[in-house]
Amino acid sequence: MTTTVVESWTERPLTRYVAQSSARLVVVMTPAGQVLAQHGFARAVDLMGVAALGAAIMASSGALADLVGEATFGALFHAGQRHGIHLAACRMPRGPLVILTVFGRETSIGLVGFFFDEFAAALRAAAPADRERGPVLAENFEAELGQSLASLFGR
Amino acid sequence: MIPDLEQALDRISRVRGVRGSMYVAADDGIVVAHLLMETVNGKAVAALAASLARKVEGAAAATGAGRVRFLQMDAADGTLLIAPAPRDLLVVTLADPRVNVGLCRLEMMRAAEAAA
Repeated sequence: MTTTVVESWTERPLTRYVAQSSARLVVVMTPAGQVLAQHGFARAVDLMGVAALGAAIMASSGALADLVGEATFGALFHAGQRHGIHLAACRMPRGPLVILTVFGRETSIGLVGFFFDEFAAALRAAAPADRERGPVLAENFEAELGQSLASLFGR
Repeated sequence: MIPDLEQALDRISRVRGVRGSMYVAADDGIVVAHLLMETVNGKAVAALAASLARKVEGAAAATGAGRVRFLQMDAADGTLLIAPAPRDLLVVTLADPRVNVGLCRLEMMRAAEAAA
């Protein structure tokens, strides 16, 4: 399984998180769905789909939290027969990141949640704090997406 | 249900040397009910104890030893005790190395029955 990153500071924390939690797939992305790092994906099209859906779920749950007067819901967890999904935001100096983890029966939501907290702390410690990430504009989105995929899959 | 579980955990905590005990979802490694000293990281203990229990169950099955009834892990600075309980739960106790394991086990078995 491969780990590839767009921003190099994410690599070490991500590699450690994958090893500790036994996660099968991990995507580190912005709330807009821009991928900063990934583990386990072989095809760009799968990664694009998962990132878009993960970002959309976080946006929906954020809006729902707002409606019921919550600042945010913590992590979201979906349990399946063979796979589970852990989806959570991570506050960073340059703005929040969304992290989606897919795991199998070889680990558990308890372990993933426990090691996620360490992962989030490691990302915060490794992140450059020089500037805030700018908003994603429609005019730049496709070019930035193309650049990310080229970095992640070498195309 | 929950008051019964809390009462059972309270009985375990009265054994000298016990730092905390909890019911943990065996599949998920998530805390269901707990009574812990402030210094104990319940989330970590629950996740790792459930993982350990699952691995030991696998080893027991592979060696034909049958169903696991009790787990005891002695370490330099503490003892981890795990007892499977009904409803896919585990009773997990963290204690000092010199804890009376027999007494702990007795209370943990009662706690497992309380979850039925």
